[in-house]
Amino acid sequence: MPHRTFLWFILPSLVAMILFIALPIGSVIVQSLFVEHTQVLIVSESCGPFGCTETTSIDVEATAALQAAEPLGRFNGLGTYFDRNHLASLEVSQAWSSSASIAEFFSRLMNLPFYSALAFTMTYTFVVTPLVIVLGLFIALGVNSLPQFAKGPTIFVSLLPMIITPLIGSLILFWMIDARGIIGSTLQALFNDGSLSLKASPVLTWITLIVYGVWHSAPFAFIVFYAGLQTVPEDTLEAALIDGASRWERVRYVVIPYMAPLVVFIALIQLMDNFRVFEPIVGFSAQANATSLSWIIYNDLRGDTQQFGSAAATSVLTILGVCVLLSPVLIRTWRDFNRKRA
Amino acid sequence: MTPTKMTALATVMVVLSGTTAMAGCGITAGNVSILSNDFAALNAVAAGAMECAGDRVTVTANQTTEHRDLQVAALTANPAQYTTAVVANSSIVPLLSAGLIRPLDDLVAEHGAGLKPTQLITIDGQVMAIAFMANAQHLFYRSDILAEVGLDAPTTYEEVLAAAEAIRAAGIMEYPVALNTGAGWNLGEEFVNMYMGYGGEMFVPGTAQASVNDEAGVAALNMLKALTEYSNPDFLTFDSNGTSALWEAGEVALATLWGSRAGTLLDDEGSTPEVVENTALAGAVTTGGGTVPATTLWWDGFTISANISDEDAEATFIAMLNGISPEVISANSDAAVWLGEGYEPTPAAVGVFASATAGAVPYPMSPFMGLMHSAAGDNLAEFLQGSESAEQALADIEAAYTTAATAQGFLQ
Repeated sequence: MPHRTFLWFILPSLVAMILFIALPIGSVIVQSLFVEHTQVLIVSESCGPFGCTETTSIDVEATAALQAAEPLGRFNGLGTYFDRNHLASLEVSQAWSSSASIAEFFSRLMNLPFYSALAFTMTYTFVVTPLVIVLGLFIALGVNSLPQFAKGPTIFVSLLPMIITPLIGSLILFWMIDARGIIGSTLQALFNDGSLSLKASPVLTWITLIVYGVWHSAPFAFIVFYAGLQTVPEDTLEAALIDGASRWERVRYVVIPYMAPLVVFIALIQLMDNFRVFEPIVGFSAQANATSLSWIIYNDLRGDTQQFGSAAATSVLTILGVCVLLSPVLIRTWRDFNRKRA
Repeated sequence: MTPTKMTALATVMVVLSGTTAMAGCGITAGNVSILSNDFAALNAVAAGAMECAGDRVTVTANQTTEHRDLQVAALTANPAQYTTAVVANSSIVPLLSAGLIRPLDDLVAEHGAGLKPTQLITIDGQVMAIAFMANAQHLFYRSDILAEVGLDAPTTYEEVLAAAEAIRAAGIMEYPVALNTGAGWNLGEEFVNMYMGYGGEMFVPGTAQASVNDEAGVAALNMLKALTEYSNPDFLTFDSNGTSALWEAGEVALATLWGSRAGTLLDDEGSTPEVVENTALAGAVTTGGGTVPATTLWWDGFTISANISDEDAEATFIAMLNGISPEVISANSDAAVWLGEGYEPTPAAVGVFASATAGAVPYPMSPFMGLMHSAAGDNLAEFLQGSESAEQALADIEAAYTTAATAQGFLQ
């Protein structure tokens, strides 16, 4: 395709990408370099139903003047990135120099909000992604060998976890694992332990969230693999059959190599999605035991004081994290592409 | 559509507009749009304001528990998305700080003859909001269960712990205590309440410098932990809905809950007669030998947006006054502790009144309190689970607060 034609061909999506992806990211990066103006505080008397008290408040006019002069706020450079609520460079180096052992350093690191969120985010990503791929493949193989009439209903039921909105799905499970819910009380009866609760300890909460993640995402892998299975060449499979290959050998040596590009595709999408894990933490009210980078952004933007600079810095760090995660897969794809072209 | 049907429809419309025009509350024209939290008392207020809808007056309401996250952006728009935001002592702060609400002195002088002076929230001499209800967390207890273990209603948290132990020892309940200890805003509120009960000062007076890492802080945390040891292991997920459900299910006997929940817990819906009849209310308890109840007093009131026309502001003020009229209040006296005329205290109000008369302090209205509240709510879970010391948890709160307050420009 000539370059000119190609340009016209991709122009609409290029414009959309610049408008809806590049510009917002650019604005977030700019925002992350600024913090709020120094607040002009005044102390005055405030009265209400419970009497009068001295109250500190913000001088609205003075603040408005500051904002009009510099609408973005005070320039802070990369200061926000390295403060305690983000990369915490000072706290980390202090912990490193004053900790007697790696374990102590690690526990002090986990006390910092960014790193404890990163720990859960990474664990979630690297446990859920492979499990989703393996489980999705097995469901696809299972469904593919069903008789024709049973396929439709089975596919529908298998897709349900993905069809249900993540927030609703996690809320439903949250109520089911409640001490008085069906799963919660069954587990208590099973282990004969009245105080067993999936919501109470960090370990059990992490396991619950990971199980939820696999339950929610497996249908995606399943449907991609199922579509892929329909295109596996019949003659190669028949040749393997004639050579005396067992069912497992046919899957291992014909189906899986054939579907390798799909595995890369699913891994790519799942790494990105799982790194941004968010809804289950809200749905399961899990913030006491598990937080993620996306959850930190959400938490910064909620409540009576919205912390835009802090949320923007975490957003940029999340984008960088996704880039680092995807780089091995992308480099591999790029090499394959070059090899094919050569 | 046939001509006859058209005529009939037109007649109906004329009749409808005729009746609504009469219910205009004396407003000639204007738009009223309400943004508020979503609970029974506020629903009644909004319904009362909606009665003013008429010929050239529109009244709409968005009642959502997420109102705090909407209000600043919605009122910054010009013209503002809502003509009134219903706020509490904490949520009025961001609106005040950004200058998004207007002084109400003129409107009060013209239309506010029926308001009591205590309802006027004045800041630096200007009326900025009209308060209409009070709220506070206080003690709820099951009189039958306390009678079973032979104890009176507790007046201190030490007695609450003793009663909880007696109930557990008697084999009645394993987890008799519930507080709104869900990590986040709720847990932050419990810390603030307890810290106030120990007479603590959140900030170095006159500055935005945090000062929670002191004796009162440690004592407050230890008391919270002692209480959660008598709570269901899920306590870090407890919000008001969760604890109300536990109460109605008859699974707890001692709880510190919001006064605004009393109406729902005392009605005959959602629970058994045994639980409802034995649900008793008392003022918030004291702790650590202190005399001030371990709770904070809250008011709910309405504000008027700055970025709207004077005509809409006046219409909104009149409509909202209609929403808190003596008729609305007397028809809903169970729903809240109303501050206006027409309120006859009901059994549901006992706890809030007792807490206020015992000298509970109002929740601080300073612009950096929200950051401290969030920092507390986000950093106490590990301590309550036993994997961190009280001093470390308090140091974490101060560090998280200091970082956020520096970025927000409150600290240098």
